[in-house]
Amino acid sequence: MKPCRSMLYIPGDSPGMIQHAPVFGADSILLDLEDAVAIAEKDAARKMVACFLQDYDFKDLIVTVRVNGADTEFFDDDLSEIIPCLPAAVRIPKCNGPADVLSADKKIEEIERANSIPVGKVRIHAMIETAVGVENAYHIASACPRVEAITLGGQDLTADMGVKKTKEGWELFYARSRVVVAARAAGVAVYDTVWADINDKEGLLRECRSIVGLGFTGKAAIHPDQIETIHQAFMPDEKELKKAVRIVEAAEKAKNEGKGVISVDGKMVDAPVVARARHLLELADLYGLERSGS
Amino acid sequence: MSGLILLNTASAGTLESSDCLVTVSPAEKLKLEYKGANSEIFAERTKAIVENVLKKYGLGGAEISIQDQGALEITIKARLETAVSRACKGAAGQ
Repeated sequence: MKPCRSMLYIPGDSPGMIQHAPVFGADSILLDLEDAVAIAEKDAARKMVACFLQDYDFKDLIVTVRVNGADTEFFDDDLSEIIPCLPAAVRIPKCNGPADVLSADKKIEEIERANSIPVGKVRIHAMIETAVGVENAYHIASACPRVEAITLGGQDLTADMGVKKTKEGWELFYARSRVVVAARAAGVAVYDTVWADINDKEGLLRECRSIVGLGFTGKAAIHPDQIETIHQAFMPDEKELKKAVRIVEAAEKAKNEGKGVISVDGKMVDAPVVARARHLLELADLYGLERSGS
Repeated sequence: MSGLILLNTASAGTLESSDCLVTVSPAEKLKLEYKGANSEIFAERTKAIVENVLKKYGLGGAEISIQDQGALEITIKARLETAVSRACKGAAGQ
């Protein structure tokens, strides 16, 4: 999967923003049918998103759609209209356990079969935004092969926990850690919640560096101005990048020579370290950084 | 989708930039009122969008008003389909 550092929320009922999506610089966008859309406009947003998915050239943007929750009257209609238009993934809100994911998976599969779409083509991003969801994070992430990512919804989670969402984010520390470990264990991507204060870029950068350190693969954005800051936090530093180049080169050399064990700079290197080095090089490509091991 | 019946007047869209406001009412034949800064340039294009949507929904006619605020073809189509769908609410085949 292509590295995806940023995921920009765009209201599904805002054609002006949708049509400009390719110029914002995000790695992916999330066309929102849920919280950003008024109840009376759910049908209009669904139709707008479907029409753009069918006919608009989003260039190399990864386009996903957040549908309304399974506990709403809009869920089935959202899936029925959006899945045939082939978004890369649908984000399913409030996944509390594997049953929620499997239920969505079954409905999506039925729609795929009815529309001659290969089963599994449209992936699921399972949103974890309740305390019980956090506790079931691994079971959600590994519920079925369609799950490509899990995502943390900080606003709803803190409300569910009866605590205030702060800029320091300590109230989310356990949830973030648990969700990241679950995602890594299940082999799926993991996206962090949004930073709500669009004027506080320093705070956003601090939070981004923190979640990169925890192991998140990307972060949601609620404004185009946040994208550059998010990308800044994911940029590999030069020393780390040079080492990654040496690790990947050594791994390829060892593979060609039929050796199973490699060492770099006098230290043993195993498969997970090589995988991380490869990921860093993919990230470096997004920044146009030159690969050099010396 | 075919054979829908327009039962009432319904609107979709906004007057924000890059959007349009579409109003659809029942009528025997197509009567289109298209307004906007560039309505002369895009008159033929918009008429074709309207005709395609009416054909898609099996509608022989409708009174349609479009206030175009610089909307893409995709946006006009989406707003029109939403307005038609709303105007058909309760019709057979829904």
